[in-house]
Amino acid sequence: MLEFALQARRGHFYLQADGRFTSDWTIVFGPSGAGKSTFLRLLAGLDQPDQGSVAFNGTTWTDTTRSIHRKPGHRGVALVSQQPALFPHMNVAANVEYGLAGLDRRQRTSRVNEMLALVEAIGLADRRPRDLSGGEAQRVALARALAISPHLLLLDEPFSALDGKGSDALLSRLQSWLGERRIQTVLVTHDATDAYASGAEVALLQEGTIAAIGSAEAVLSSERERILDRLRPV
Amino acid sequence: MDWQALTLTLRLASITSFVLLAIAVPLAALLVLGRSRWLALLEAIATLPLVLPPTVLGFFLLVLLGPRTAVGRGITALLGHPLAFSFSGLVVGSIIYSLPFAVQPLVAGFGAVDTTLVDAARLLGAGPARVVLTLLVPLAKRSLLAAGTLTFLHTVGEFGVVLMLGGDIPGATRTLSILLYNQVENFDYAAASQTAAILLTLSVTALAAIYIGSRPRGGRRA
Repeated sequence: MLEFALQARRGHFYLQADGRFTSDWTIVFGPSGAGKSTFLRLLAGLDQPDQGSVAFNGTTWTDTTRSIHRKPGHRGVALVSQQPALFPHMNVAANVEYGLAGLDRRQRTSRVNEMLALVEAIGLADRRPRDLSGGEAQRVALARALAISPHLLLLDEPFSALDGKGSDALLSRLQSWLGERRIQTVLVTHDATDAYASGAEVALLQEGTIAAIGSAEAVLSSERERILDRLRPV
Repeated sequence: MDWQALTLTLRLASITSFVLLAIAVPLAALLVLGRSRWLALLEAIATLPLVLPPTVLGFFLLVLLGPRTAVGRGITALLGHPLAFSFSGLVVGSIIYSLPFAVQPLVAGFGAVDTTLVDAARLLGAGPARVVLTLLVPLAKRSLLAAGTLTFLHTVGEFGVVLMLGGDIPGATRTLSILLYNQVENFDYAAASQTAAILLTLSVTALAAIYIGSRPRGGRRA
């Protein structure tokens, strides 16, 4: 369970997000500029809030009143963004292996192969990031994030470079893999169909505030009407 | 041709460059990755030798390392001789004098590395040392080359600090710049021309190495 109460100012933008994600899959839906990426960075510990706290499964990760801020690498959290951020001077296998410094060589190789197979990128192991397409790079970034066996996976529109079919197939495989391992996942999107397709808990982020948390039908009813209106023949 | 002055100058420049890179890499990484407001003061101090007249810097070091201060007396007790007017003293002075020439290119190079890569490494559990060694240094290797070369050249050509701190002791503190000054003072323009030509050749060769190393394959417009 992920609990948070965050206040952070970034220039003119102000984020004030309070809530609790209890489901294995939570979709944070919000339009561009709603603060989705800022929200995920605060959860991951890459940025610190001006005030507030983050706790995961009873462990405090951030608490400004007690000056607690656990480093991102010590939270067991993985974040995959639109921008794959692969290390350009390493090949794909070395990128996926980067977070596995604590394992021996055989374990590392085995984990790298498992992760590349999961994202159907086993044939890319020796390639450099500059030789990958946008979709391939995003799949490798996902493999690298999952390789560390995170407790919490944060996805920031990570499949934007994949076509619809490819994205759906990968999402479905990913959901079953994460479900088997009970890895809690938060996916942010501005695409309402993602929220409806997954049947997950949905949080609505608007102008830096969590406006509602619940089922997709309850939280996104107005968005659904808007989409349906656009699809109706004139 | 004064081979002693040439080898002493090259030895001084090599040791200074090596030691300074070992200091400047973590310092530049701290300036780029750190978030404390005090780092602005640290950067100002690290840049100070760039604007301070070399003779002023040499004078401060001469006083600091001499018998008038506790630091100077402590070093003398430790080494058995004062640092002023010795080769070791020149190394210390050169390191301080050339500090900004090593730090500034590295700060620019490390600062140009995409911050999303650093974030990704931090999320994967990399501590600051691993981020520096596996990401910043390999991705900013041209800046590392520039820092090393500029430091080397700057040390080869330094005069004011050497004169104030080291004087003119053959085999210990007489560098090519001091030698050139002596030759001109003695109206030995033939020898001075030879010494100046050596300094010029060293500078042009090293600068060419920087530009060849930093030039993208296929040219700048590729």
